Amino acid sequence: MRDELLSIIEKNSRIGVNELAVLLGKEEIEVANEIAKLEAEGVICGYHTLINWDKTSIEKVTALIEVKVTPQRGQGFDKIAERIYNYPEVRAVYLISGGYDLLVTLEEKTLKEIAGFVSDKLSTLDSVLSTATHFVLKKYKDHGTVFDKKKEDEREVITP
Amino acid sequence: MTKPLSDSVKSLKPSGIRKFFDIVSEMKDAISLGVGEPDFDTPWHIRDEGIFALEKGKTFYTSNAGLKELREEICSYVSRTQRVNYDPMHEVIVTVGGSEAIDIGLRAMCNPGDEVIIPQPSYVSYEPCAVLAGAKPVIIDLKAENEFRLTPEELEAAITDKTKVLILPFPNNPTGAIMEKGDLEKIAKIIIDNDIYVMSDEIYAELTYKGEHVSIVSLPEMKERTVLINGFSKAYAMTGWRLGYACGPEEIIKQMTKIHQFAIMCAPTTSQYAAVEALKNGDEDVKMMRQAYNQRRRFLMNAFREMNLDCFEPYGAFYVFPCIKEFGMTSEEFATRFLEEEKVAAVPGTAFGNSGEGFLRISYAYSLDNLKIAMERLNRFVERLRRE
Repeated sequence: MRDELLSIIEKNSRIGVNELAVLLGKEEIEVANEIAKLEAEGVICGYHTLINWDKTSIEKVTALIEVKVTPQRGQGFDKIAERIYNYPEVRAVYLISGGYDLLVTLEEKTLKEIAGFVSDKLSTLDSVLSTATHFVLKKYKDHGTVFDKKKEDEREVITP
Repeated sequence: MTKPLSDSVKSLKPSGIRKFFDIVSEMKDAISLGVGEPDFDTPWHIRDEGIFALEKGKTFYTSNAGLKELREEICSYVSRTQRVNYDPMHEVIVTVGGSEAIDIGLRAMCNPGDEVIIPQPSYVSYEPCAVLAGAKPVIIDLKAENEFRLTPEELEAAITDKTKVLILPFPNNPTGAIMEKGDLEKIAKIIIDNDIYVMSDEIYAELTYKGEHVSIVSLPEMKERTVLINGFSKAYAMTGWRLGYACGPEEIIKQMTKIHQFAIMCAPTTSQYAAVEALKNGDEDVKMMRQAYNQRRRFLMNAFREMNLDCFEPYGAFYVFPCIKEFGMTSEEFATRFLEEEKVAAVPGTAFGNSGEGFLRISYAYSLDNLKIAMERLNRFVERLRRE
């Protein structure tokens, strides 16, 4: 039940326990207990809403920043990652294989604020060797959802 | 022209679905529950493989029986799901949808006067294809109290010395019924004792929600007398690609291939390349879709329970088949009023044979949101009928 439950609520976190129970063919109490367990274990970390900010009047600029760092003795990359992710404007930090070490995503109101973050906060950290900032021009798809695409049902209305 | 057209073709009744189709098409905001094909798009990697085949210029005929690579993949699929081995060179043919396989299979097996046993309610083309093959359809009316499974008693009663083929349409459209191993074993014995062929249409095999699908070919002595039909439409959401196949004894496949060769040449080449990818790397997609269908199936069964609507629990395909006998209307009257008053289209059970009278086929190849609205309307409709 766990995998199926997670795959449902990953797409629809607003679904009620009673409806989940129907879809999974389980009792409500079982489902409620499982969700409580998943939350306690830190498997479920939050219930967020996917927003296409481009459709609002609120300005948001997203940047992806590649960061090269020197890992620290005994701490590896964790210490420097923590220093970076503690900034509230940082949306995500990933340790990456390949040409650089950390991928940091940042969301700010203006380009200037992002530039400020990179030059004043990120680049000045001792173990940061270099950064490369990429600004997001358009989001086509996020969290598995394609923005701006409403699909019409093109099937014949009745078929045998 | 004054010369008459073919009597046997003229004698065929047009599909009972047509009338509804015309009414629904006119209605702007009607919700349809009448579709017999998946709502999912063909998974992208499969479509991409089709595109790639076109880019590479794979635009020629394939061999009559289909791409060798595809036939090998089909055999490996049947082998890993049913533990039955077919020879890709002589025991498989790739067809234009499962429907072509039904047609040429019956034509290859039947002589004039032979009887073809067709359990109903079932898919609309068995009966006309049997007629066109010169055979006489013998209908078995399946019963709700048996969960629309075929029982040994029903089969025995239908067999005569002219019986040639039994059509075995499970998982079933329109009822959603399945036949489990125990059910199949009971009828296999009768089939062998009476020395008849089986055409097992397993197009919905991957959409089984109670254990794994069991094919009758996996039972002893059945492979040599069975034409197994399957295809890509339902499992991989590939209806528009028109691709199916038949596996069977070499003698039968050989005859089928002759008809196919003269009438069709070969199945569409692009589709065949895409289908190779589907069989190679499509298991996860099938699993995802099966899970989604199963959730909707549970949702509908729960909705029927809440509105006290009688419905046996179906474990296959993507249809539920609720009973509407309590309202004292024919299926067609019920479906027509439901459409006119609540703007929801469902297919009357009678479109799939007389034994569908008193039932309604509801397809759940629709999003949950759609089904929710439809069930609200059905609930309202049912309550109103009960007050009348």
